[in-house]
Amino acid sequence: MSGGLVLTVSILYLGLLFAIAQFVDLQSAKGRQLTRNPFIYTLSIGVFCTSWTFYGSVGLAATQGLDFLPIYLGPTLVFILWSVVWVKIVRICKVHRITSIADFIASRYGKQARLGGLVTIIAVVGTMPYISLQLKSIATSFRILVSSSETALLHAPNEPIFFIDTTLIVAIALALFAILFGTRHIDASEHHEGLVAAIAFESVVKLVTFLAVGFFVTFGLYNGFSDLFSTAADRGLDTLFTVSADNDYSVWMTMTMLSMAAIICLPRQFYMTAVENPDEAFLRKATWLFPLYLLVINIFVLPIALAGRLSFEGVSADADMFMLTVPLFHDQAFLALIAFIGGLSAATSMVIVASIALATMVCNDLIMPLLLRWRGLNINKNDDLTGLLLTIRRVSILLILILGYAYYLIASESYSLVTIGLVSFAAAAQFAPAIIGGIFWKGASYRGAMTGLALGFVVWLYTLLLPSFAQSGWLPISFIEQGPYGLTLLKPYALFGMEGFDRLTHALFWSMLVNIGAYWIVSLLSHQTAIERIQGTLFVDVFGHTDDERDSRYWRGSATVADLQQLVGRFVGVQRAAQAFADFAAERDINLRKSHSADAALLDFAEKMLAGAIGSATARVMVGSVVKGEIVGLDEVYRILDETSQVIEYSHRLEQKSAELEQATALLRNANERLKELDSLKDHFLSMVSHELRTPLTSLRAFGEILIDNPEVSPEERERFLNVIIKESSRLTRLIDQLLDLARMEAGQMDWSLDTVDIAATIREAMATLAGLIKENEVEVETRIPENLPMVRADRDQLIQVVINLVSNAIKFCDKEKGHIALSVSVEDDMLEVSVADNGKGIPIDMMERIFEKFHQSIGRDEDKPQGSGLGLAICREIVSFLGGHIWVTNIEKSGATFAFTVPRADRQDVRLSAE
Amino acid sequence: MTHTVLVVEDEPNIVLSLQFILRQAGFTVRVARDGDQALRAIEDYVPDLVILDIMLPKQDGFSVCEAIRANDACVNVKIIMLSAKSREADKERAIALGADEFVTKPFSTRALGKMVKEIVAPVNSSLHAK
Repeated sequence: MSGGLVLTVSILYLGLLFAIAQFVDLQSAKGRQLTRNPFIYTLSIGVFCTSWTFYGSVGLAATQGLDFLPIYLGPTLVFILWSVVWVKIVRICKVHRITSIADFIASRYGKQARLGGLVTIIAVVGTMPYISLQLKSIATSFRILVSSSETALLHAPNEPIFFIDTTLIVAIALALFAILFGTRHIDASEHHEGLVAAIAFESVVKLVTFLAVGFFVTFGLYNGFSDLFSTAADRGLDTLFTVSADNDYSVWMTMTMLSMAAIICLPRQFYMTAVENPDEAFLRKATWLFPLYLLVINIFVLPIALAGRLSFEGVSADADMFMLTVPLFHDQAFLALIAFIGGLSAATSMVIVASIALATMVCNDLIMPLLLRWRGLNINKNDDLTGLLLTIRRVSILLILILGYAYYLIASESYSLVTIGLVSFAAAAQFAPAIIGGIFWKGASYRGAMTGLALGFVVWLYTLLLPSFAQSGWLPISFIEQGPYGLTLLKPYALFGMEGFDRLTHALFWSMLVNIGAYWIVSLLSHQTAIERIQGTLFVDVFGHTDDERDSRYWRGSATVADLQQLVGRFVGVQRAAQAFADFAAERDINLRKSHSADAALLDFAEKMLAGAIGSATARVMVGSVVKGEIVGLDEVYRILDETSQVIEYSHRLEQKSAELEQATALLRNANERLKELDSLKDHFLSMVSHELRTPLTSLRAFGEILIDNPEVSPEERERFLNVIIKESSRLTRLIDQLLDLARMEAGQMDWSLDTVDIAATIREAMATLAGLIKENEVEVETRIPENLPMVRADRDQLIQVVINLVSNAIKFCDKEKGHIALSVSVEDDMLEVSVADNGKGIPIDMMERIFEKFHQSIGRDEDKPQGSGLGLAICREIVSFLGGHIWVTNIEKSGATFAFTVPRADRQDVRLSAE
Repeated sequence: MTHTVLVVEDEPNIVLSLQFILRQAGFTVRVARDGDQALRAIEDYVPDLVILDIMLPKQDGFSVCEAIRANDACVNVKIIMLSAKSREADKERAIALGADEFVTKPFSTRALGKMVKEIVAPVNSSLHAK
């Protein structure tokens, strides 16, 4: 076939495409929307089927059999079972005027330009192999068709046609076509009806041509499917269409998952399905129409593959080109030309949509943010920027195709179409966590998305892209076989020693592991900013928020209507901006005056309109630049709320503080009560001291006065009165001594002279002091002191005081008639115990606790008056506690009380001290 | 006829001194060592004057004073209260309970003797008037 013919047909076909697009656009401008129906929409989604499907599937089926199917199984599953994802994404795109997948992700995670840029870079690099695949198929098919030699049927000739590489010509031609096609309008979020119509038309062309070849093969060469399949089975090709036990299901799983991700995440797919969607209802139709399209286009894949294998039996032929070579082999040149047009349509649809989608991303999410930052270019001047935007996009398209061509030169030649395509799929799949997570999980954060994407992309580069360079000789092959620098753990096809999986599964496993892992963990660990939180909420709850979306921002500021209109005009064109503002006013039935300050709704409208042209992140910055006051976006409201909640927290802390204060007050109150109690105790003590001092003083004064006033009293009486004076004086002295002792002991100022003391001698001395009192009261005292008692550590004088106090108490309280006191000493472990038992009435139970307190006085044996000062036992307790012993009282069964105390043994003192 | 003074006091030496002073002044002296004894003594014989210590075993001076004032037979009984505590609150309480005088220990025997005579004499004359 002559090259001129093929070229003419190709140009005619592309011209037809262009005419269709132009016609539909013109009709659209007149208000006739020809593409607004679900079938056109579904066919436009058919951009999924590219040269890969048209040529590659057959090629794969011819060698691997049914392995070509998972690529269509994934999208089918997504559309039929999980259409909710698409419904949600489409709604979000409409509400937020999303222009691309980069815009979508950037917008979701807080309108962050950096994230949009990263997504763009991944998308461009990831799409490179895919575009090269299209270029390769067009160039190869063209060469096969125009070549006259028989061998061309087996392998396409490599020699350049027209003196330069055919593929480069194809690349440039497609770039020009895409530029003509895709950059006629500036607003990327506007519906490009002409484009949609052209792509839908291409989907029809590739389907019809594929079916035509299929019919010819199945019913022209053979008598239907059964004939073809049985013939193939006879030739031993049945392994291609039967499922055998040794099929590797991991590959199927991987491919299905991958294609599920790809149908959502491929930039062109996202663009056609979400951005160009004219009506959500169409999507519901597409959920079954699109799988149907996939099913129909795949019906003849296996028959054509089998026919190819049968036709070229025994010789090795390029299976990827069976669509052309089978008809040519059977001398059906016209059919081959039709098939070529089908392949061309499949390739051009992909290249056009992908390059337009990518160019929009490059412009809006990569170049514009950079230009805005670059102060050298004063973008804030009042130039018309629509021209600049268009230029950026056109150059982008050209560059994208050149990149695709570069990849083709470097890596594509040695690979089959499907292998090249899957590398792109794996790159697109990196977007899946950020997209799917972003619309279902509010907690997903910017940092999480950024980290996940970056790491996943790096792993993809390392495990799929770099090895493809290595295999083509652009990198040393040892990189693959021994790992970089001989580090076998880093072998790109067997990371960390993970071997035994196919390369794709291996790459997908590692990239998804780090992608999802980082996305998840970093999201959990990082703090969301206010705008991330709002965008997260708006995306996840898109169905709940859509209605009141207009109220989502409030603002105070001084941007005038004229300011806004001028700003929008610079990016979308002055006329369009004026028209849009007029429409806005008409729709709301309001009168927009240029000098009026813009309200929140108009501001929102302007930002959305700008977002449609330059992406949401950039639009936000631009609107911010003209608003002289403050935009109070929801994020700001959230910030204010944040502050408010801080205030609330602060007041909560105040409350806590006041609670603490109350607690402190209660403590103080308690302490005060305690002080009062102590005060009243002190009061009581002082009044007791006063009483005890005044009583002897009363007698002293009274008898002193009596003796002076009555000189005539008898000598007996005089002696009696003077004796009273002497006794009361000594009572007073004793009392004062005791009070001072007690005060010193309590204040810790007593001068103790601790020494090793013989307790038996001490007791004997005390008893000698008491001898007179004992005799006077006719009390029998029985002492039981064992021989060889250990020495005690004590103050000798104070110890005598204790014994005297206890024994004199016993004398006072023992039986009146037959007083008996038993004094005994015993050894108890480290202590010596001294007990004094009387045969009096015993201590009333309720008194036992208080008996050792100061000024507790008991009725003695005279039964008419408390005996003593009431300080004796208190002093005993102070002394014994100081010496390290205890003092207590028990009642004896029948009658009497026993006072006992302990004193530590001198020989155990060290032991006890060291034990403490 | 001689007037009778009931001395209610638990401190033997103070009792001894009061006995001496009062007898010298011509009073008949009866003694009670605690609150219970004092009330029993009053049941037995209504004195003209009660010298009442506050710190007493069993019942304190305040409750004895209250009981005397509640006794219809003792309308004309005078009460001098003795206290070793010298607290203003005690004095107020004693007067409120119906005591005629409040004397703080240690006291002057001369002043007390004079006070007793002054308190008891008008009662005597009013009796004569009847």
